[in-house]
Amino acid sequence: MAYKRLDGRKNDELRPMEAKTGVVPSADGSAMFKIGKTIAIAVVHGPRELHPKFLQNPEKGVLRCNYNMMAFSGSGDRVRPGPNRRSKEISYVTEKALLPVLDLSKYPNAVIDVYVELLQTDAGTRCAGITAAAMALADAGIPMKDLVSAVACGVIDGTVVADVDKAEEDYEGGMGDIPLAFLPRNGEVSLLQLDGVITKDDLNKAIEIGRKASEKIYELQKKALKERFEREEK
Amino acid sequence: MSNLLIKDRDIVVPGEVLAEGMDYLPSGGAFREGEKIIASQLGLVYLANRVIKLIPLTGKYTPKRGDTIIGRIVEMTFSNWFVDIGCSNDGVLSLREVPEYVEKGADLSTYYGFNEYIVAKIYKVTRGSIDLSMKGPGLRKLGTGKLVKVVSSKVPRIIGKEGSMIKMIKDATDCRITVGQNGIVWIQGEPEDEFLAAETIKLVERKAHTEGLTDEISKFLETKTKGRKKKPTTDDKGEE
Repeated sequence: MAYKRLDGRKNDELRPMEAKTGVVPSADGSAMFKIGKTIAIAVVHGPRELHPKFLQNPEKGVLRCNYNMMAFSGSGDRVRPGPNRRSKEISYVTEKALLPVLDLSKYPNAVIDVYVELLQTDAGTRCAGITAAAMALADAGIPMKDLVSAVACGVIDGTVVADVDKAEEDYEGGMGDIPLAFLPRNGEVSLLQLDGVITKDDLNKAIEIGRKASEKIYELQKKALKERFEREEK
Repeated sequence: MSNLLIKDRDIVVPGEVLAEGMDYLPSGGAFREGEKIIASQLGLVYLANRVIKLIPLTGKYTPKRGDTIIGRIVEMTFSNWFVDIGCSNDGVLSLREVPEYVEKGADLSTYYGFNEYIVAKIYKVTRGSIDLSMKGPGLRKLGTGKLVKVVSSKVPRIIGKEGSMIKMIKDATDCRITVGQNGIVWIQGEPEDEFLAAETIKLVERKAHTEGLTDEISKFLETKTKGRKKKPTTDDKGEE
């Protein structure tokens, strides 16, 4: 199909990305991830004692994620601050996407708080948030089996594309929006959501395209994590 | 056939494959998955023959038995003090583990009050509880001074071989310095000296993984203290 993307990207091409760690010095770990116009900052506090005490798990630590879009982050309208149905759900899926890589057995009765703040949003925010959160957790020195790299795929006019932006998401020919998170070492999927109606083949294709795209994100994550210390060496 | 995929002193991220095959052994900060050895932390690779170890570059302090630490009193009950030592759980200092005689029913805050800093030793670590003791040489309540926080994995470098690095800083700055294994450093001296000592310790932390650090720090201290000694000499000239 002679479909061309609005910003001229190839179907499997990502928007320009940027990543940096240690952006919030007072936190235990922090990272910024930018993809196109979407900017996510993830901040990790902890492991620290969990209160109220009845929430504690004596076997292993607890992960608590919070996703938040800043008031000025949208397309112009003020985003009402505070938790809402959408942000609660995204907080929950972020937690589930990160848990498979974390080893929290060393931290009984403790909590690791992850705050994901979106400074600017242009679709793919939960994926940008997860990508930033994985970097922030590594930056906080928490034992992890792997990083997590996330990307949102979509089906537009029957074509599967990687990293949809807001204009593509809002386009009426869009048939599906598929946020995906991968554990890069063995390509396991830790988040898969689907919004819309698509064929099974398209879903498989989206996962394939997403996996390839996530490898590029992973390389950037690795670079950003190392860069901070290589910079300090000089 | 085993295949080493990294070099000594490389920086690695969690999930990075360090070696393939069974000839190498994972130690702290690394684990084995099938035939591969994988990093589980952001750290610096340290190779000792067949053992691959990671020195963490970030992260909170992991309590270890026998460590001397610096902590802050955050809470107390009728028989215990709770001490924030910079890890996920508070340390517990029992009434029996302090050198002073504490009378029955006494107000514990008269001995060690809230927000006071103490030097203590970890004598037991069990799941989720860290027992501290104040009985021993050098364990005491800290007076006024400056506190500097560093990453706990870099403390050995700040102390240096048999205390060489910290001794050098002490001599050059004329400060009393106590280093806790949990990465809290207490400095007491003239304000100017305290500031220089703190700056030096931060520099050691930043450059902890580079070679020839002792020489660099001694040079750094020399230039800094030289500038200071010049001042009185110029004053002397003025008097002439």
